[in-house]
Amino acid sequence: MIEDIFPERCTGCNDCVTVCPDHVLDPGAAGAPPVIARVAQCQTCFLCELYCAHDAIYVAVEGAGTGTTLHHPTPLIGRLRHDYGWDGSTDDPLRAFWQLGPLLREGLEISAARHTRRQATALSEAATGQEGDEALSSRALGTTPKDPAA
Amino acid sequence: MKEMDADVLVVGGGMAAGWAAISAAKTGASVIVVDKGFMGTSGVTAPAGPNHWWVPPDPAQREAAIRRRLETAFGLADSKWMERIIDITWRSIPELDPYYPFSGDGKGGLFRSGLRGPEYVRALRRYATDLGVHVLDHHPALELLGRQDGSVGGAAGYDRLGGVSWHARAGAVVLATGGCGFRSGLIGSYSNTGDGYLMGVEAGAELSGMEFCISYSISPAWLSTRTLPYTGARYYDAAGAEIDVPAGVSRMREHLLVLADAFRAGPVYADLREAPKALPDVVRQIQPATVAAFERRGLDMFRDRFEVKLFGEGTIRGTGGLRIVDTGCATSVRGLFAAGDAATREHIAGATSGGGAQNAAWALSSGVLAGQAAAALARHEGKRAADEGLAPLGQAGLRPLAGMRPVDQKALQQTAGEEILDLDKALRRRATGLEASGRRLEGAWQEVSGHLVGKSLDAVAARETAAMVATARWCNEAALARTESRGMHVREDFPHISPLQAHRQMVGGLDRAWIRPDVAPQRQTKGHPG
Ligand SMILES: Cc1cc2nc3c(=O)[nH]c(=O)nc-3n(C[C@H](O)[C@H](O)[C@H](O)COP(=O)(O)OP(=O)(O)OC[C@H]3O[C@@H](n4cnc5c(N)ncnc54)[C@H](O)[C@@H]3O)c2cc1C
Ligand code: SF4
Ligand code: SF4
Repeated sequence: MIEDIFPERCTGCNDCVTVCPDHVLDPGAAGAPPVIARVAQCQTCFLCELYCAHDAIYVAVEGAGTGTTLHHPTPLIGRLRHDYGWDGSTDDPLRAFWQLGPLLREGLEISAARHTRRQATALSEAATGQEGDEALSSRALGTTPKDPAA
Repeated sequence: MKEMDADVLVVGGGMAAGWAAISAAKTGASVIVVDKGFMGTSGVTAPAGPNHWWVPPDPAQREAAIRRRLETAFGLADSKWMERIIDITWRSIPELDPYYPFSGDGKGGLFRSGLRGPEYVRALRRYATDLGVHVLDHHPALELLGRQDGSVGGAAGYDRLGGVSWHARAGAVVLATGGCGFRSGLIGSYSNTGDGYLMGVEAGAELSGMEFCISYSISPAWLSTRTLPYTGARYYDAAGAEIDVPAGVSRMREHLLVLADAFRAGPVYADLREAPKALPDVVRQIQPATVAAFERRGLDMFRDRFEVKLFGEGTIRGTGGLRIVDTGCATSVRGLFAAGDAATREHIAGATSGGGAQNAAWALSSGVLAGQAAAALARHEGKRAADEGLAPLGQAGLRPLAGMRPVDQKALQQTAGEEILDLDKALRRRATGLEASGRRLEGAWQEVSGHLVGKSLDAVAARETAAMVATARWCNEAALARTESRGMHVREDFPHISPLQAHRQMVGGLDRAWIRPDVAPQRQTKGHPG
């Protein structure tokens, strides 16, 4: 969720108030930073940060799961806008974009091949009656044994 | 109160709305776009990066592409529609040259089939604005306005930055309000609460294909992202034992069933060490936000094992939506058109998700078609008298049937989401479960339609709650009525496809939901390409 608007960088232009799709922000007093008024509506899309030309916003990544929320670490301020190429650092921001499809398919092929391999192994083990303890216990857990190719 | 007037009013601010506004404006019509959010960041198009169905104008290639897609549509799609949208998509995207930084395709040409979301919608906005379209951000529509003859003649809503209501009179209205993700957390879907479905049905339109709402995408448990990096993932349970998850586009159901079993047992983790070798070097350039989801929690996405979750996509990557009755994307209500995820995508995707290529091509082309047809209708009808009475058509959340009283909106939204998106309910549909869900949703609907009222800014939230509950109810009714298994809709109590149900199914109704088979042939709109 949006976490900080840095007063020392913010010009009070209120662009982020308009740009946020979920109406999270209200304009501040004249020239002052906007107010984070409805943070529960924030969908962590980073788009306010992308549109802020002064890198005055940091969107933190909260919620349950692995890792810990980092609070506005200096190296990450402005990083996202830079990665998108919206900071003027490149005139060809989408040069790698064509690889999206091929990489997505390659990932699917990797997973599909892995699955087929495991099924074949499971079949041949069942046929020869060579299932080990590990296979039995993991089957009881609703999973399959470790991939012997791993 | 802010009064406005246009030939065509487009409701929404994603790719369907953008293309509708552009195509209407090109005919010389005056066009207003009202978006709930900001046209450029709102909706699922903006944070994504849709790849379009992209087939060169070579008859053999197009025929083959259509044949392949018909095979997975389970009898509900239409090859003529497919042909039309492939063609419109192919011809339209190059129009964005002055507005979008197209780059190379790795083979010496330009890569045009996929566009990155923020740049895509920004380009549509600039193109539309250059054509004279008037874009109003943060102007959610709350309801449609009806003329005496039953046709739609405008919409009303609330300007949430200005803090005033607005009222727009129009020759025709295009609903491009997106699908409904039931606030699952799916990236970009916070505002996509099914508002257009509710507004359309209140005006007398029908929905179609609402049973086809079973689609999920995997992401880190704490934030929905694009799914590119995860297709090669290995999965593990909490004890570290690997889960053998089937993969492949044609194995979606098996993939989901295995994951659903795993989630029932406990947390599930993904490991990306086997991701394609080239991915780590370019993922930051392709999808910066995906990297941020990890980096901002101190994780290395390609080294650290991380917890995952399936995010429900509802009708967004399902195929149901407002029923369209002709080749100009008109609904059955005169003056009202539907485009993108707000409309049914069965014509091109049938009973299988159109996510991945078809849906974007549909959002683009249905936008183009709806914009043209809406402009033509507005021109044909001429300017209606400025004082012609327009009746507000909104009900639940605005004009409750019984007395108003405080309503627990959070709980109602949660009910709607759970009944439709819960993995076990969705993947293992059977009459008993669907009937139980039906009772819960009926209760929620009675509460909403009977008692919920929101004024000013609160009206926006009230309508969102009403729309999510209404949408869930229609999805559930449709799932109960389709007593067979077809595409993504699988009934455990009717495991086979039934030749007697090889047609689309309409659903609608407010007080009482109803279902009807859709067996009428489509009308051809005069003056439309293809
Ligand atoms: C993560 C993800 C990846 C995807 N990738 C692909 C892909 O690669 N290929 C593909 O074909 N499809 C893909 N899809 C599907 C595709 O993105 C959608 O079909 C398409 O973007 C829909 O466009 P739309 O304009 O209909 O909806 P959206 O872009 O969702 O726009 C809906 C708009 O309606 C507005 N709105 C809602 N309610 C109101 C209201 N009451 N008043 C005013 N405005 C309102 C919202 O603010 C928003 O601007 C993907 C979807 C997701 C979620
Ligand atoms: S866009 Fe940036 S500079 Fe402008 S008000 Fe927002 S935070 Fe401040
Ligand atoms: S991250 Fe997205 S939803 Fe949150 S404040 Fe920024 S723009 Fe709004």
